[in-house]
Amino acid sequence: MRQFFYPRSEAEAADIVRAHAASKTPLRLAGGNTRALIGHPVAAEFCLRSTSLSGITAYNPAEMVMTARAGTPVREIEAALAEKGQMMAFEPMDHRGLLGTSGEPTIGGLFSVNSSGPRRLTAGAARDHLLGLRFVNGRGEPIKAGGRVMKNVTGLDLVKLLAGAYGTLGFLTEVTFKVLPVPPVTETVLVSGLGDAEAAIAMATAMALPVEVSGAAHLPFTVRHRFLGNRLPDGAATVFRLEGLAASVGARLQKLVSALAGFGPVSRIATPESRILWQEIRDCRAYADGTSRPLWRISAAPSAGHRIVAALRLEAGVDACYDWQGGLVWMRMEADPEAGLLRELIRAAGGGHATLIRASEAVRTAVPVFEPEAPGLAALTRRVKAALDPEGIFNPGLLYPEQGGV
Amino acid sequence: MGETIRFLTPKAPVLARRDAIIADLKDLLPPECLVHEERALVPFETDGFIAYRRRPLAVALPGSTAEVAALLKYCHRYQVPVVPRGAGTSLSGGAIPEEDALVICLSRMNRILEVDTANRTATVQAGVTNLSISDRVGPEGFFYAPDPSSQLACTIGGNIGMNSGGAHCLKYGVTTNNLLGVKMVLVDGSVIELGGKALDSGGYDLLGLVCGSEGQLGIVTEATVRILAKPEGARPVLFGFETPEDAGACVSAVIAAGIIPVAMEFMDREAIAICEAFAHAGYPLDVGALLIVEVEGSEAEMEASLQSVIEIARRFGVKTVKESQSAMEAAAIWKGRKSAFGATGRIADYICMDGTVPLGQLSHVLKRTGEIVAGYGLRVANVFHAGDGNMHPLILYNINDPEEAAKAEAAGNDILKLCVEAGGCLTGEHGVGIEKRDLMTVQYRPADLAQQMAVRAAFDPGWLLNRSKVFPLEGRAE
Repeated sequence: MRQFFYPRSEAEAADIVRAHAASKTPLRLAGGNTRALIGHPVAAEFCLRSTSLSGITAYNPAEMVMTARAGTPVREIEAALAEKGQMMAFEPMDHRGLLGTSGEPTIGGLFSVNSSGPRRLTAGAARDHLLGLRFVNGRGEPIKAGGRVMKNVTGLDLVKLLAGAYGTLGFLTEVTFKVLPVPPVTETVLVSGLGDAEAAIAMATAMALPVEVSGAAHLPFTVRHRFLGNRLPDGAATVFRLEGLAASVGARLQKLVSALAGFGPVSRIATPESRILWQEIRDCRAYADGTSRPLWRISAAPSAGHRIVAALRLEAGVDACYDWQGGLVWMRMEADPEAGLLRELIRAAGGGHATLIRASEAVRTAVPVFEPEAPGLAALTRRVKAALDPEGIFNPGLLYPEQGGV
Repeated sequence: MGETIRFLTPKAPVLARRDAIIADLKDLLPPECLVHEERALVPFETDGFIAYRRRPLAVALPGSTAEVAALLKYCHRYQVPVVPRGAGTSLSGGAIPEEDALVICLSRMNRILEVDTANRTATVQAGVTNLSISDRVGPEGFFYAPDPSSQLACTIGGNIGMNSGGAHCLKYGVTTNNLLGVKMVLVDGSVIELGGKALDSGGYDLLGLVCGSEGQLGIVTEATVRILAKPEGARPVLFGFETPEDAGACVSAVIAAGIIPVAMEFMDREAIAICEAFAHAGYPLDVGALLIVEVEGSEAEMEASLQSVIEIARRFGVKTVKESQSAMEAAAIWKGRKSAFGATGRIADYICMDGTVPLGQLSHVLKRTGEIVAGYGLRVANVFHAGDGNMHPLILYNINDPEEAAKAEAAGNDILKLCVEAGGCLTGEHGVGIEKRDLMTVQYRPADLAQQMAVRAAFDPGWLLNRSKVFPLEGRAE
């Protein structure tokens, strides 16, 4: 990297982008750089960072909405929310442990990767909570999309398009998002000793009950020791979270325990430890192992997750754990990422997608990190990219270098 | 009546070739699936926004994705404009056709293709009605959450087009939060699939972009939606307040206290009288405003939540608290609310506004709405989703009185500008359609609109799909 730009205003950012668009010079877009290792390496000599666009600009707890500049540290936002007993209900993941990065994650970076944790099951993803944003497009124009109200269908939803675009469509300058009250009580029900397939059935059973399970994860025996300082009971741990007012959680807990009793030994984890456990699940503590061994993040139908893992196990050395009722699989490879084989198995299991969330730079250069798209869809992706970034200067090749530089 | 909203001029070459086009279309569809005789076209002339009507070139009723693809491929080749249509319940004119347009109506594609309870999904054709999904999965203990008032009639395809909400979206979100995947036909007749049964899809969030795009990006033919475990019980409670301000303040206080009921619906005095006369729901008639607050869960949970809400309501001088004592009473309470538009339609013609404002602005906007409408010498009934700030003032007027109609439209425009000034938006769940199209410039600057249109052009560069809608006719790139 030859030069970093730290604009202090949206106008300044727009000037920088305009100059680079005119000379067709690629820009690496970044916030805190804690998620910069996700995706294909970007060939750019210049980096545009949001970290000097920082600060919460509006927060009215009674309206459950916050507006912040894109470079605001997530830590600062979480602290301001906690002071008012609120939270980002989608539980954004902190990627630092997994990727071995340091620095401060920013709110813009978080929405750029659409980072959502265990509560994705019931509360939705980051994109579902993002109400509005301001960004600079590839022409260097400041653009406003969405707003600050909960319901808004006025025009095309560019907000969702920008969320999860990994900085390939625009440089975020400000985000407005929904927040929710922190539930006073968080309890966890744990079933011990289940195999992956049994766990999938147990999780589907729990999610079909009217008890509002807000987290359903399966931690096989190979990773169980990495959670709560190795204090979970022996064997695989299948965990279910209940949240809310004390009286309500108590009543639901009884129902859930009796529904799960037939699956295996059941135990409980109370509020303070529960909160830590789900934070560790959120951050994929299982594979925050200080290595750069290839790690897949697979999103599939909940009942298909374990089937994909079992099928791949016949061909390669893999270790896996599950969130989102089994529909989110974290899978660490012993050696080669086996991208082609894995993606074939996902298709055979009914579809989904796999992202090589961690791998060495050499591997990320050679292997398609994101799920390759069918030709018709790939062409559409290219046209959408061109509609926002006609010169292709934002993070070129980060997503699909093989699909024309997107 | 005098029309103030303009449509694009019909394409003369298309009109001139009408007979030839109809002859060609007959080759693409079974004979009973093409409507082209003048009288038979009448029902398709308008939608829920009845002040405007246009007779379409023809109406196609395809039965499969392949037929939709063949129709679009043909229309693309001969540059025939297309207007997608579900049940035609749009309140913003989203399904109103044009003289040169082929209406592609999905109502025959009404099969539920798969219910997968282990993964909690339902895959349906786009013409399936909203309520029929819940009806189908109900016996297995599930439901489909978004519940627009027109849920008996409106289709999932239409819900996706408008990103429809409903009374219960305070807790469960709107269509976009409950949609996992679609199969859709692009303007050139090619078919793409977005998402599936996984909770998130790879690549750009085109699913999020398509949801709420008002038929501008393609025609959705199938959808995979999330179904949820049905709560054990649900109980609506009526709260009567002296003034709308008290009710509005109570809503803010409930939310600030960290209680998120499933629904919080507001009605003012006018709306209460109209709905009570129609539904006999037992609404109190001696109050200035009514809140319907619904909580759900087990008996104990509902009791606990209700007590907290009642305590807060007392702080705002609540006059009446009426808990439903039976399933029938609960149904009557909701029947009153959900028939608000229909009941209003029995006593007068009305325009229904749909602006959303930040919660802190509710009282102010409500008061100004009353003043604005009174200033035009008209009456207004307010019913809305208070928990999320989505307002629905119903401006009452006589559609056969051109002067009154013009006043009603002007009052509506003033109200929407007020919503935007208060930090809100033009439409929370009904869509822009033709109704709010020319107000888009109030909410967005030219560069913002140009960016949206550039993205639109990535899907339909030739402006064939629902082309008179959403974006102001002036300033469009050709």
